[in-house]
Amino acid sequence: MANLKGRNLISITDYTKQEYMQILELAAEFEANPRQELLKDKVIASIFFEPSTRTRLSFESAASLLGAKVIGFSNPAATSQSKGESLHDTIKMLSAYSDLIVMRHNKEGAARYAAEVSDVPLINAGDGANQHPTQCMLDLYSILKTQGKLDNLHITLVGDLKYGRTVHSLVQAMCNFNATFHLVSPVELKLPSSVKMHIKRAKLDYYQYTNIKDAVAVSDIIYMTRVQRERFSDPLEYEKVKDSCILDLATLEGCQESMRILHPLPRVNEITTDVDKTQNAYYFQQAKNGVYVRQALMAAILGIK
Amino acid sequence: MTTKNKKELIVSAIENGTVIDHIPVNAVLKVIKILGIDAHQDEVLIGMNLESKKYGRKGIIKVRNKYFEKSDLNKIALAAPHATLIVIKDYEVAEKIAVQIPNTIEKIVKCINPNCITNNEEMDTKFSVIEKEPLKIQCHYCEKTMTNIRFTE
Ligand SMILES: [Zn+2]
Repeated sequence: MANLKGRNLISITDYTKQEYMQILELAAEFEANPRQELLKDKVIASIFFEPSTRTRLSFESAASLLGAKVIGFSNPAATSQSKGESLHDTIKMLSAYSDLIVMRHNKEGAARYAAEVSDVPLINAGDGANQHPTQCMLDLYSILKTQGKLDNLHITLVGDLKYGRTVHSLVQAMCNFNATFHLVSPVELKLPSSVKMHIKRAKLDYYQYTNIKDAVAVSDIIYMTRVQRERFSDPLEYEKVKDSCILDLATLEGCQESMRILHPLPRVNEITTDVDKTQNAYYFQQAKNGVYVRQALMAAILGIK
Repeated sequence: MTTKNKKELIVSAIENGTVIDHIPVNAVLKVIKILGIDAHQDEVLIGMNLESKKYGRKGIIKVRNKYFEKSDLNKIALAAPHATLIVIKDYEVAEKIAVQIPNTIEKIVKCINPNCITNNEEMDTKFSVIEKEPLKIQCHYCEKTMTNIRFTE
């Protein structure tokens, strides 16, 4: 088994397929038995240079379930960075007080740099528009749990495929598992060619659609994201396409029974609330899975599991 | 003076040192900066707009009593991809080296992403070269790929 002790997690490509699988198996153990005080003598620094309540609570809840002490900050105005301290110095100071750092930062590349500066391992909880690897791992865990496997699945990605960071990471990760991709988006928000390159390099297939209806029947997973009005240069264009990426009860008709709907949350109106009570809705459970995956990561990186 | 003699004069006018030939005219100052030639204490001769069969006009730099590390030389490949380095010993050409684009680039290039940590913190940049022809590099930090190279000031 691969040893993840002392490793950083900055980008989804930092870990091999086997290493992902190891974390996902461990996450299942924590889901079965979440309260294990394995990190009782450990201190985890949770530092959020930009607010992200959802991600922060998930990490801190994972740390608490493992019995670790959590230090840090969640309000950027309260940090010494707002007083002009460099990221370098903040990380140097925090790595002296902690065994592991969880960091969210608004600048791309901040996590890679902080990990180079830090004396303790670092988990990237999002660096600007770049990477958010634990979100990707919880997506993988949710897919594995609902489909019983990761291999040979039809993955449908819907909405803003151009700017959606979680979409890009998920495509990259699923390229390891012989997926077929169905890409549903307005023309203006198509998956960038740099991300399609990963699919081509893995010699996998992808199909593009502009209306979600055309991809529902074939899907094992439908991964929804929000289409934001601000992304359109022409507001009329937004009005024209805004309904083509909305999932409602009528659109679901003809889907496979085993199909599950994922969403990184928060949702606005791209999934109508009448879908929530269907057996296909999985997005709230998906968020909860984040805690187990983060428990698994922390335990593995600190060498306890 | 014949063309041949003129050429020899250009190349061999120093007793010991390095001649950097076939530099695009607009990259001469960049090359000087990248190699730190501006801080060199001995004689430096700079030729601009010289005739070149291959490139129309070219630049040339002669640095007396100075030899460079190969890793240093490859840095200039970004500004002058077809440059030739001529090592001169006792007025003779001791070695000719064609520069090569390195696999990683540190410090001398700036990331094009304004929201990259390298543009917001006092630190060195680092890139990996994804493709050499045409040049495509990726920022080690923000992971953006770029094709137009901007040098740090
Ligand atoms: Zn960058």
